[in-house]
Amino acid sequence: MSRIGVFTCWCGENIARTVDIERLTEAIAQVPGVRVAVNYKYMCSDPGQASIRDKIVEEKLDGLVVAACSPHMHLKTFRRAAAAAGLNPYLVEMANVREHCSWVHKDKELATTKAIEIIRMAVEKVRRNHALQPIRVPMTKRALVIGGGVAGIQASLDIADAGYEVVLVERDPSIGGKMAGLSETFPTLDCSQCILTPRMVEVGQHPRIKLYTYSEVEGVEGFVGNFKVQIRKKARYVDMDKCTGCGDCWAVCPSKKNLSEFDCGMGYRKAIYIPFPQAVPARPVIDKEACLYLKNGKCGVCAKKCAPQAIKFDDQDEVITEEVGAVIIATGYRLYNITKDQDNSKLTGYGEYGYGMYKDVIDGLQFERLASASGPTSGAIKRPSDGAEPKKIVFISCVGSRDEQHGMTYCSKICCMYVAKHAMLYKHKVHDGEAHIFYMDIRAGGKNYEEFVRRAIEQDGAVYHRGRVSKITQENGKLVVRGADTLIGQPVTIEADMVVLASAMRPSEGATRLAQMLNVGVDEFGFLSESHPKLRPVETNAAGVFICGACHAPKDIPEAVAQASAAAGKVAIMFANEELTREPEIASVNELTCAACFTCVRACPYTAIEKAMVLDGRGNFIKNTARVNPGLCMGCGTCVAVCPSKSVDLEGFSEEQIYSQVESLAL
Amino acid sequence: MQIGYYPGCALHGSSNDYEMSVRATLTALGVQLKELDDWICCGATAAHSINKKLSMALPARNLAIAERDGYSEMLAPCPMCSMELLKTIKELSDSPSLRREIAEVIELPIKGKTQVVNIIQVLQMVGVERIREAVKRPLSEFRPACYYGCLLTRPAKILKFDDPEQPDSMEEIVEALGAKPVQWNYKTECCGAGMTMANEDTVISLSHKILSNAEAHGANCVVVACPMCHVNLDMKQRDIERRQGARHRLMVYYISDLIGLALGLGEHELGIDRHFVSAPLAAVKE
Amino acid sequence: METTANLISEMAHTAVEDCYQCGKCTAGCPMADVMDLMPNQIVRLAQLGEEGRAVACGAIWLCVSCQTCTQRCPKSVDIAAVMDAMRQLSLERGTASESVKRTVAFQRAFLDNIRRNGRLNELELVGQYKTMAFLGDVSVPLLFKDALLAPKMMQRGKLHLIGEKVKDRAVVRRIFDRCMRQE
Repeated sequence: MSRIGVFTCWCGENIARTVDIERLTEAIAQVPGVRVAVNYKYMCSDPGQASIRDKIVEEKLDGLVVAACSPHMHLKTFRRAAAAAGLNPYLVEMANVREHCSWVHKDKELATTKAIEIIRMAVEKVRRNHALQPIRVPMTKRALVIGGGVAGIQASLDIADAGYEVVLVERDPSIGGKMAGLSETFPTLDCSQCILTPRMVEVGQHPRIKLYTYSEVEGVEGFVGNFKVQIRKKARYVDMDKCTGCGDCWAVCPSKKNLSEFDCGMGYRKAIYIPFPQAVPARPVIDKEACLYLKNGKCGVCAKKCAPQAIKFDDQDEVITEEVGAVIIATGYRLYNITKDQDNSKLTGYGEYGYGMYKDVIDGLQFERLASASGPTSGAIKRPSDGAEPKKIVFISCVGSRDEQHGMTYCSKICCMYVAKHAMLYKHKVHDGEAHIFYMDIRAGGKNYEEFVRRAIEQDGAVYHRGRVSKITQENGKLVVRGADTLIGQPVTIEADMVVLASAMRPSEGATRLAQMLNVGVDEFGFLSESHPKLRPVETNAAGVFICGACHAPKDIPEAVAQASAAAGKVAIMFANEELTREPEIASVNELTCAACFTCVRACPYTAIEKAMVLDGRGNFIKNTARVNPGLCMGCGTCVAVCPSKSVDLEGFSEEQIYSQVESLAL
Repeated sequence: MQIGYYPGCALHGSSNDYEMSVRATLTALGVQLKELDDWICCGATAAHSINKKLSMALPARNLAIAERDGYSEMLAPCPMCSMELLKTIKELSDSPSLRREIAEVIELPIKGKTQVVNIIQVLQMVGVERIREAVKRPLSEFRPACYYGCLLTRPAKILKFDDPEQPDSMEEIVEALGAKPVQWNYKTECCGAGMTMANEDTVISLSHKILSNAEAHGANCVVVACPMCHVNLDMKQRDIERRQGARHRLMVYYISDLIGLALGLGEHELGIDRHFVSAPLAAVKE
Repeated sequence: METTANLISEMAHTAVEDCYQCGKCTAGCPMADVMDLMPNQIVRLAQLGEEGRAVACGAIWLCVSCQTCTQRCPKSVDIAAVMDAMRQLSLERGTASESVKRTVAFQRAFLDNIRRNGRLNELELVGQYKTMAFLGDVSVPLLFKDALLAPKMMQRGKLHLIGEKVKDRAVVRRIFDRCMRQE
């Protein structure tokens, strides 16, 4: 016979006001198997918990039901109390008589009856609970960070400084991401590279950071604490051990007219190149499409000029495997391409803005390169078409953002700020220039952001027109911008020398494919999904995989850095323990009855079930079976629902338990 | 190839040169036009401005006639007509109760299954390659500005034809004729449409901008596929020149005109001698 | 929870509530420079249930239905249909502004012409319009404008003295009566 203790809480007035606690306690005391039925005003308080512990010992209880609030609130509290008294914490259940009863009903009579039913069900359940031990999973205390922008850099440094090894994989030839290409950052107008490059160097020199650049993650196997990652190191055609980064090779390379990716197409680079002088690693790569030797067997001047003989024309891609325990995705963003050339049939681009047709219509990142002192024009604002200094620039906000017909529904968050910044940078360099901004709203919610925008208007003379732009045409060498000012109720036409479009922030190309490799969800725009938008912004539903930065949603640098440190913190929490501890309320397969149809394997959202074999003592094959990986199972119960032979069950929520709860109601 | 034909009031009225051109060219390309029996006006701007039901009933009557007489496809060379027809098809397919109501009003059953196409779509059905092969006299000295106007491509959700901001379906055909269409900015800007009588000043101003932009981009003629656009750019060109103090002298061709000329047909049978502006192709501006 | 259905949204089959007043319609409207109310303001009045001001303005009759606004609207609001609804309402309520008398007269004359003939008879239309307009605001220049065009059009065979008529004109009249009567 069970010896179950039922402790009912008044929760002050929250439960007691609607539920007749005395009648309830009397009724519960009559339930078979209930040894103790008491109540108290605040069960979660110290005296309340003490009374539970005392009663467990006194009455040698073998099961505990606390009738109170939601288990989300205090299940852990009462489990700890039970454990402290020597009772296995998984022999504890909570009966929610607050959120499920007293808070939603008014009739005291009926509410009390319902509360009694709820507690009776909990008693039936706990009667059949098993004493469980948390599952321990061994863990490789190394982290993989995918993406070497500011978020990836921050996360890598934090984890490495905490004492753990980090493998950082970056697709481009250098780390730095988009921030390395910016001119100045809001709201301080710090030179972007000046604040970033020290961090980049730190990453490059950190003893615990293994940096793979010009590399991509190709495949991921395994589970939390035990991932095996395949990384493809693309052929650089340069021997990293011999190269000193002296630059003799790119100085003599004859292949010049290649659009520079780093300069967003505003400038050129050679076939053998380093993306920017402060690149980490400061070693060049050869673009095999632009290299005359690799394409036609001609030239090869760089190899001749290279003193340490570091050019390797026979270089090949190499795929290597790294073992890690946790993964942080920090793949960043790209801008919405507003020409007709789209990767998604729902997007159409903005033909009305002439981007791609008119050379002097550019986007925000391209303007950054113009304004940057290390850019193709050394920081002078010049028109791409003829190199003249523009005397009137129009900046257009919300291009592709907040547009359900032709673009994305969301707001890209940073454009209001960087448009104001661009206007300021332009006015600082061209004092007699006019900066016109077409906007719908001004979103400047961060610290010192509002003041920054007002500075652009009040001190630097940027003119803001409240309204969108409908069309841009080119007439007599000017870009005629037709917009509106809804505040005065008039169309506004401006003849500009240059137009800068604040196009929408989208997740980087390939992010969805990467997410699928790691079982991370994505939303309709391709942004990676967090576990909970409010309370778990850097975790994902895949155990051991975290996200940070713009791959999650549009955000600015302070937020990306904060999220990166948060993700690093989560990893550090994981690694601070010897092993991973996981909740034991997971599924398990009865291997004797399992028919090996593997429906559960296909249904499991966490790929936590494997196809396995049952062997006898001598290693001979007996039968196939499904087997749950306790390291990955999240206890969702989908497998239980789909198993045709009822061979899978959920610990703590077994079929028997559920049925008995339902039956107790019918009595 | 046989296709139902809905000329619309303009093509039987002051834009009958367009009809001559369409008939002559399509016949030469092997397309037989079967004019809809006793068709009525589509209602144009007046109907949709004044009475919504009428703006659906008038086009619906024509669609019902096409169905009754077994046409699966119907050419409407005037974009205003094709727009009203396509709008009506959409409204009727969205609401079966409306369809029943309209059927009663027009005294004919209607399903709205007829496919309505514009002149460019018919030419695409013939095939750009076939047209290219049929060219006898390449139009190599022609540098047209292809002018689409409003209602060939907008609203894209209903018309589903070509890009509404930077279309190129006309350019594709014109290039197949050996001509060199120019890249210009006013492909889909409005000419003022039906305001020719009611608000002439706007038409003058908008049409002037179109002609000026075409010239500025090196065009020596303009090609259109809409009778209203043709009236505003051709018939009104003298007025525009006088009132804007400009000199345009740009021939305004229908797309069917250019094809007809390339196939070796004469200006008279294509109705080109009925145009108001008759100007030799202006010297190409580099 | 019940919300009051918006009159204009119902007439135009579009959701004026969705408009966030970005002004792109106004920015792209070819007639905006000469309008007394801007397209986005007309939608705003519709949102607030104050279409009374909108149906009395001249702007709705200057609209050429070029569909640029509808095509570019980021919220998929069919502004061209809103303009149609406002025009229909202004005639129902008799509030068309003085400044647009001629345009209204023209459109009415057009429909009248179709009702009688089934297809447009241009010469008849011009005559009727000019007469109505002349009687309406005694504008002699208006009477004689375009008169110079007529001989040129006739020369080119573009003007028919006797217009085309549809065979079954009675059904056209019945269609008109059924639609216009239900106003």
